[in-house]
Amino acid sequence: MSDELAVSINGADKVFNQGEADEVAALSGIDLDIQPGEFVSLIGPSGCGKSTLLRLIGDLLEPTAGEVTVFGKSAHEARMDQDYGMVFQHAGLFDWRKVSANIELPLELRGWSKADRSTRSQEMLDLVKLPDFGGHYPRQLSGGMQQRVSIARALSFEPKLLLMDEPFGALDEMTREHMQIELLRIWEETGTTVVFVTHSIPESAFLSNRVVVLSPRPGRVHSIIDVDLGKRTEETREDPAFFATATEIREALRSVEVGQ
Amino acid sequence: MTRPRWAAVWPPLSVGVGGLVLWELAIIIFDIKEFLLPKPSSIVEELFAEWAVLRHAGWETGRIAFSGLVLGVIAGVTLAFVTNRFRSLNEGLTPLAVAVNATPIVALAPIFNAWFGITGVVSNQAVVMAVVFFPVFINTAKGLTEVHPDEIELMRSYAASEWTILREVRIPNALPFFANALRVVAPLSVIAAIVAEYFGGPQDRIGNVITSNAAFARYDVAWAAIAVASAFGLALFAGAVLIERLSTPWRMATQVEIINNKPGRGK
Repeated sequence: MSDELAVSINGADKVFNQGEADEVAALSGIDLDIQPGEFVSLIGPSGCGKSTLLRLIGDLLEPTAGEVTVFGKSAHEARMDQDYGMVFQHAGLFDWRKVSANIELPLELRGWSKADRSTRSQEMLDLVKLPDFGGHYPRQLSGGMQQRVSIARALSFEPKLLLMDEPFGALDEMTREHMQIELLRIWEETGTTVVFVTHSIPESAFLSNRVVVLSPRPGRVHSIIDVDLGKRTEETREDPAFFATATEIREALRSVEVGQ
Repeated sequence: MTRPRWAAVWPPLSVGVGGLVLWELAIIIFDIKEFLLPKPSSIVEELFAEWAVLRHAGWETGRIAFSGLVLGVIAGVTLAFVTNRFRSLNEGLTPLAVAVNATPIVALAPIFNAWFGITGVVSNQAVVMAVVFFPVFINTAKGLTEVHPDEIELMRSYAASEWTILREVRIPNALPFFANALRVVAPLSVIAAIVAEYFGGPQDRIGNVITSNAAFARYDVAWAAIAVASAFGLALFAGAVLIERLSTPWRMATQVEIINNKPGRGK
């Protein structure tokens, strides 16, 4: 198991509206391997196809060419096996379900018993530091709290792979930094593999083991930057090594924007 | 939210009662003729005097309005589900339904009388049903389709079937849309029934009681009949509000936040 890759993408292309007047080549020749337990960020200018790549991994879109393998299975098999947890920029909680019922939804779909579900949802609420909010409706919570519930829901069934599409994009800077620390703590506690789409340079540097920089039209892997900042704390944000990493990512993005 | 229910009831109640008192006084002071505007007290008097006629008429019109309402709601919701299942049908049908909904459907009453017969209940029921059908269909279809794309992707990531997505996402999402439509069409059903009755038919229904008494200058009886119809319309509206509250508890619970524009409004 240990030498099995979490994600393996080989020569993946994605063309939207192929053969039509509005044909768009979103991704071209993507090769990317992700190790189990890794935290990998996808970053690039808007229109570089980073969300599209995330959706190829999650089998929400099919590649036009090439293949995507997740834990040795096709992405489709992985989705049917419910290996994915997903978090979007929009928390996507269901208004009509209370917070605990939102977290229990994926467990319900897997046929968990009511007792097991409520035990787990309480554990997850503790994990995201909202132990007393299970009985609230989502709209009674602030944006940051909603996003934490969304993360709790994505982790409730211990997915093998957590796919996050700009999950903190709509949050204010302070909440965002707090959520980053929380996410890393949860990632360490659960040992899950994370693919994280962002357009924030500091965010990608702070969170990731590796940052994949994509170039646009069509999206290609421009470079992959290894990040080694040790255990992250609030102090990391003021560490010279952190700034050096952010600068490296920034320079890669600049060379992408001027067209290499 | 914490303020007692009665606190919300008092202002409209006092304005209503005050309005009736002013009405009564205005007629006495300015010596307005009863055939122009009867006193509330005379209307109440006729309400008791003509109760047997009015009760029967209220029952006849009420059952036409209510059955037309129920049938129109069932038809509207059913077609909304069908169009949700077959998207191309939705694209063709919805703009058409919106256009038809903007036309004065009650104007069809005389034609329905010709089609379904003037003596029975079917032609008036059909008018009510046609009036109720379109808002219910349009709103419910909108609620079933206007789901945030992330919510559909999330369900797909759980390998959820279309049926599960319908049950867990589309139907709950459509409930507030449906409830809004119901609140509009419940009183509208009474209006449609009465207007349809103005075009003829049996004499023992509210619309005919109003026209015939007005023709004989018995305006206080006509007003009493209007009062009966209003009470029935209000009762249907209250029923619709009750259904809304019971079916969408999350909206009631979060109403304060929404009104005060606090954070956490989500979408």
